[in-house]
Amino acid sequence: MKFESKRGNEKAELQLTSMIDVIFLLLIFFVMTFKIAAQEGDFSVKMPLQGSGGNPDTTNIPIKLRLRANADGELTDIVVNESLSYGNDWAKLRGYILELTGGNAPPTPEEGPEVEIDLDYNLRYEHVIRAVTAVTGQRQGDEIKRLVERIKFAPPRKPQ
Amino acid sequence: MKIRKSYDSKMAEGDLTAMIDMVFQLIIFFMVLINFSQDDQNDKIKLPSSELAKPPEAPLTFPIVLHLDSNAAIYMGTNVVTVDSIAPLLRTEIDLLKSRNQKASDANIIIRGHQGTPGGVVQDLIKKCEDLGFEKFALRVREEQP
Repeated sequence: MKFESKRGNEKAELQLTSMIDVIFLLLIFFVMTFKIAAQEGDFSVKMPLQGSGGNPDTTNIPIKLRLRANADGELTDIVVNESLSYGNDWAKLRGYILELTGGNAPPTPEEGPEVEIDLDYNLRYEHVIRAVTAVTGQRQGDEIKRLVERIKFAPPRKPQ
Repeated sequence: MKIRKSYDSKMAEGDLTAMIDMVFQLIIFFMVLINFSQDDQNDKIKLPSSELAKPPEAPLTFPIVLHLDSNAAIYMGTNVVTVDSIAPLLRTEIDLLKSRNQKASDANIIIRGHQGTPGGVVQDLIKKCEDLGFEKFALRVREEQP
């Protein structure tokens, strides 16, 4: 026996309205929560516990960096090894580091010269990062040339 | 003279295919880029910038993120503490590390300091962590566009 379909040749239609509603809701949610963030990176600082060793500086290039600040926390002077003063010229400091290291990167992050940063307590943190940037390397186009991998901080100079 | 309409009374239907394609593309774009992680976010912190900033090649092991604002307040998870009162929170992290057979020296303290924070406060914070046995620190900075 042959059953005849009650349906005619009408094209089946989907109800898209609710789907479009949900999709637009999702779209609005993602647009509202979207946040463009600048790329971030890290500078490593290793502070081995006293007595636990760590890698001694075998390069015979001790670098002590003294950063002096005025009352507003702005940088006034960069002093290297208590003898060389560079004012607030980071390029000169990098030149000195380049001269000392011969522009060569340390073989591993645990080796090579170590820089100890000693700063006035109120020096703004951005100047500390500039100092770290100046001594750890330089950018050559898209490449970053590492000069010093080992950074440490001197004990804080508490205000009197 | 009466002109008869050539089309019937059916409702006019727009072709939605192209629009739906487009909207799906947008949703996929935003879904891929969305970042739900709250660890790396704090609107109070304006990081200092550096031309050498590059994202780490591998994720840091056991990261502990500390946000340090310009008033020396430290945001750790949902807690707001100072350098002097951070020790209990760090001891909790040490207990967590111990439960995973690790030591404080295996953890990485990520310091997200505001650019105007006194550098001495960052030193104090590092010293405090050092006293508790932490050894590895990462100073987080923003990439500077050349």
